[in-house]
Amino acid sequence: MPKSDSKPAVKASKDNPELRLIGTPFRRVDGRTKVTGQLQFADDLSFPRMVYVKLVRSTVPHANIKNIDCSEARKMPGVVDIMLGEELPVPYGILPVSRDEHALAINKVRFVGDPVAAVAALTEDQAHEAALAVKVKYEVLPTIDSIQTALKTPEPRIHEYGDEGNLHKKVSLEFGAVDEGFEQADVVLEDTVFFQGNTHLPIEQHAAVAVAEDEDRVTLYSSTQTPHYVHRALARVLQIPASRIRVIACSVGGGFGGKTDPFNHEIIVTKLALKLGRPVKATLTREEVFYCHRGRHPVLMNLRTGFRKDGSMTAQHLRTALDGGGYGSYGVASTFYTGALQTTTYTLPAYRFEAVRAFTNKPPCGPKRGHGTPQPRFAYEIHLDKAAEKLRIDPAELRLRNLLPANSVTANWLEVGSTGLRQCIEAVVAGSGWKERYGKLPEGRGLGLACGAYMCGAGLPIYWNHMPQSGVQLKLDRSGGVAIFCGQAEVGQGSDSVLAAIVAEILGISLADVRLCVADTDLTPVDLGSYSSRVTLMMGQAAMQAAERARELIAKAVGAQLEIPENYLVFADNRVFYSGDPDKGLSFSEAVIAAEARFGTLGTTGSYTPPRAPGRYRGAGVGPSPTYSFTAAILEVEVDPQTGLYNVDHVWLAHDIGRAINPVLVLGQIEGSVYMGLGEAIMEEQEFRRLPKRLSPSLVHKMPSLLEYKSPGFHDMPEITSYLVETDDERGPFGAKEVGQGPLLPIMPALANAVYDAVGVRVDQVPIRPDLVLKGLQAKAKGKEARVGPANFPEIDFGDPVLVHTPEQGGDGRAVDDPKAKRRTGVGSSTGTMKERDQALKEKDSAALTTN
Amino acid sequence: MLRLPPIDYRSPQRLEEVIATLASENVRLVAGGTDLWPNMKRRHQLADTVVSLMSVPGLRGIEHGKDGVKIGALTSLADIVRDDKMRALWPAFTRAVASISSPPLRSMATIGGNLCVDTRCTYYNQTEEWRRSIDYCLKEKGTICWVATKSPRCWAHSASDSAPILCALDAQVKLIGPDGERVIPVSALFRDDGIDYLCKKSDEILTELLIPAGSDQDHCRSAFWKLRRRGSIDFAVLSVAAAVWTDTKNTVTRATVYLGAVGSSPVSIDVESLLVGQPLNEDLIKQVAQRAQKAATPMDNTDFAAAWRGKMANNYTHAALNEIAGLPVRCAPPKHGLTVV
Ligand SMILES: Cc1cc2nc3c(=O)[nH]c(=O)nc-3n(C[C@H](O)[C@H](O)[C@H](O)COP(=O)(O)OP(=O)(O)OC[C@H]3O[C@@H](n4cnc5c(N)ncnc54)[C@H](O)[C@@H]3O)c2cc1C
Ligand code: SF4
Repeated sequence: MPKSDSKPAVKASKDNPELRLIGTPFRRVDGRTKVTGQLQFADDLSFPRMVYVKLVRSTVPHANIKNIDCSEARKMPGVVDIMLGEELPVPYGILPVSRDEHALAINKVRFVGDPVAAVAALTEDQAHEAALAVKVKYEVLPTIDSIQTALKTPEPRIHEYGDEGNLHKKVSLEFGAVDEGFEQADVVLEDTVFFQGNTHLPIEQHAAVAVAEDEDRVTLYSSTQTPHYVHRALARVLQIPASRIRVIACSVGGGFGGKTDPFNHEIIVTKLALKLGRPVKATLTREEVFYCHRGRHPVLMNLRTGFRKDGSMTAQHLRTALDGGGYGSYGVASTFYTGALQTTTYTLPAYRFEAVRAFTNKPPCGPKRGHGTPQPRFAYEIHLDKAAEKLRIDPAELRLRNLLPANSVTANWLEVGSTGLRQCIEAVVAGSGWKERYGKLPEGRGLGLACGAYMCGAGLPIYWNHMPQSGVQLKLDRSGGVAIFCGQAEVGQGSDSVLAAIVAEILGISLADVRLCVADTDLTPVDLGSYSSRVTLMMGQAAMQAAERARELIAKAVGAQLEIPENYLVFADNRVFYSGDPDKGLSFSEAVIAAEARFGTLGTTGSYTPPRAPGRYRGAGVGPSPTYSFTAAILEVEVDPQTGLYNVDHVWLAHDIGRAINPVLVLGQIEGSVYMGLGEAIMEEQEFRRLPKRLSPSLVHKMPSLLEYKSPGFHDMPEITSYLVETDDERGPFGAKEVGQGPLLPIMPALANAVYDAVGVRVDQVPIRPDLVLKGLQAKAKGKEARVGPANFPEIDFGDPVLVHTPEQGGDGRAVDDPKAKRRTGVGSSTGTMKERDQALKEKDSAALTTN
Repeated sequence: MLRLPPIDYRSPQRLEEVIATLASENVRLVAGGTDLWPNMKRRHQLADTVVSLMSVPGLRGIEHGKDGVKIGALTSLADIVRDDKMRALWPAFTRAVASISSPPLRSMATIGGNLCVDTRCTYYNQTEEWRRSIDYCLKEKGTICWVATKSPRCWAHSASDSAPILCALDAQVKLIGPDGERVIPVSALFRDDGIDYLCKKSDEILTELLIPAGSDQDHCRSAFWKLRRRGSIDFAVLSVAAAVWTDTKNTVTRATVYLGAVGSSPVSIDVESLLVGQPLNEDLIKQVAQRAQKAATPMDNTDFAAAWRGKMANNYTHAALNEIAGLPVRCAPPKHGLTVV
């Protein structure tokens, strides 16, 4: 029996101040194998009798294929097979609404780099030589090279589907009384802004190896962020049951969203492995990675906002036009994302959002770190800087006045839970000496502030289903070791370490006693993958549940054996012991033995499904997330007025992380985001060359190489001061939120704002090249408007808006059937608070629990 | 990975053998290979046979003497950067060499290879597949220059960072061919043609470089400024090399300014007519800078906007000469630029 003075043990949870591992800078579980080179990336794999594949890619931007002549190539040394599109007739695509890709083009090519044939040979050299010998005849079609051309050229269509002509997707949404809002404004501000496209640039080039086995089974090893979606695409295209296909995501050497689509080379090697009965490998060249792309969409934007004199906002109207490239990819989601998160940082009572995504003859765009939000966030944050100047309010103060309160439901029906944006702004304001220095630095030197918010996992999966978005399975046995199975993919962000730490914390064991088995569709429960900043939150919650269930079983058995009530047992230091007398207890392996003896073979599962969001209108599926992270950043810049060249000297960045599972991993993500953000802000451009139209239809990537696609090196990096703001979000595991994408968002606008503070030039586009800064300075010297950026936004018919009443207006999250009801306003709220919704969900969840 | 085409590779130990091999068809010479191998992988320089200089003894090393410094053609860029005496006597040269590509490449790359490095253009330094999609260009297989479609010539730009400063310092090179050896000024090695950019026969080998005493710190001040995006790896999109000799009264007795990367060869600026007989001052420097801007022909075939690069020729020449004159340098390039040495 427990002693009278003993207290029940406090379980490892976010309320427990005695966490041993969570919150400490423990060493990454994959750190050692990575730095020693022991870890095998997909391209490191080699199998006996393996053949190599090289893809023959289109050399024209838009054309019908007339003829593919492989006769010469087939005769070349080492050639084993040459495959054409007809062998893979089933189309695929990451989104069910845009299944518009074929692994190898059938009849038509849509950009330079679109694959048309696959050559398999005994060596990589032979495959390469033979691929050069394949001759393709094309019937050239007009080149659609930009958003503007796509708008003007409905025919010929790049795809036979889409909202109209060469417009893939049109969106028109209106939340609340927007026109009235503008009428109430004292000042209405309008900006037209361009955000250039850029690419992920992971150092690891995509690689995939497929190995055929007996009984028509095949295994694909690939550098992918989303093994589950690749698995589904393979089953679909190869038309064999998913149960016979195994996809293993190797550790990924950088993804940033560039490895989240199922790719043609993955499908091709798997098909060929089955066809040839031998292992088949493809490793892309750097140039081919630029053709896979799926990176940042170039977006032209027009933003109009009404402000009252006190800085509060009355309404906002945002229009975006995205250059989508040759295929759908995630594009429909990207299109919605250029507007969805606009409401999450500052209170916006009414909001109209219109968007269009055009098909063009370029590599397809898709999700890159921040997916669709960096572009409108750039527009918004430079817009606010201008508003602050006009309203004579300090830019930091303007933002603080407009902060969206915690536990709000936004005009577009997003539930924003905890928010640490105030603390973030205050931290960077204090750290940078903003109050003393902003607007007061000598000519040429300036400070710029910007903020951002990001999702912690998309609320909805990519294909509609009611299953969990993340699953974790634990296996425990008498060895005392715990094996964790989870479909999540480690892409360098540290998800393996987070997974191991959560389980180790709850079971009170050391990281060395945890073994991971991840990202293997045969062995691990489904996790949707490493995208949308979902892994720490969703996998983390699933892992907590599985570990807590295991702890419960062990506690039952140990409690019975030692005659101690279960809730007086502490799990720590690889032991399970009595809180009143630490000497009384068992080692962890003895404890597992007790549980194994009592319950039989031990295993538990955990799963996570995000709470349902309140929006019910078409398009409401993009934007909801269990919770949101927040970031504020200040950049200091020194501009040379003679040349327009500049240096970023210092970045102060504060991020609302909820709770840092491991502060070093968090800092790594922050610094990586700053690095990537500066690349986009200063120099990166996925740029294309259109040859003179009268001479050639050609449209080529301007510089598909690591040397000529300019991205900063580490010595181009400034000093970074990071602040972690912990808000302990009730929806995150141990209170944690995301950090993989959010910290990137403020960097680009903060730079533009800093350049303005330094030399009084507004650059309303990224990248902020020195020649643009100089152009602004020259205009200023001549007494003209010191602004560089797009002149106007094209006339676009976005279609009739879907009208949705805001929570303020008493809406119910649905679209208003009768468009005339648009102006009806109302008060009161029919939507319950987030707490109520969570409670209901928890009840449902616990009813469904089954312990084994 | 990009793959090399099949080739016959030879690495003889005698220079005569290298020269003899160069006499046959479709042979290319290689030293460090940091330029040739990537070009061959992208298939815009092709060869059946590649003959290497690297096994030939006696072509490597730095020898300081009273006439100046002799540098063997195979001396690596890293060895040059490490040479303390060189840095003390010709700091601008050391700077230029230290700015080339990156540390691993500098360990492999040779100074001879750097002087002979191929001219560059973003329509040309691309893979075979990429160039197929523009139907090639004049410099290789094609019939048109995409940079200037009406132009009969190729405008690929000179890429060597050592060339402008060696021209400015009156350096000389020794060439050995089947007909014997000759010594010519570095400035005479180049031709203003993107395709045929060297005034040297294809079977002539550059064996040695001499930088004369008299262009060293005791007699002359020099400067090297390089414009590029990043602090490492990047080629110049503009470089300015300047040298100014003065007498005891600080009157200029000789001056040279060469621009790199804004022409198919290092571009010589006529400065003597302006500066000789005068002390260097802000006003004269301004005039030289204007001449530089006029002489530069930046094309849209490398990084950065061409017109802006032309304007930068002015700023950077101004900055280089201000540095030499000990005047304040107003132009503030990104900090990474020139702090390597
Ligand atoms: C990523 C990258 C960045 C680079 N950055 C720069 C830069 O910033 N600045 C710069 O100047 N260069 C740069 N280079 C180019 C190159 O690395 C250097 O110019 C280098 O010095 C070339 O020397 P090498 O010995 O490797 O030449 P190689 O590749 O061996 O030869 C280059 C050419 O010169 C010829 N050649 C070589 N040696 C001789 C000789 N002794 N006699 C006659 N002909 C000869 C060869 O036939 C060949 O045509 C870069 C290259 C890369 C790949
Ligand atoms: S300058 Fe013209 S001819 Fe020369 S490489 Fe470039 S495109 Fe070709």
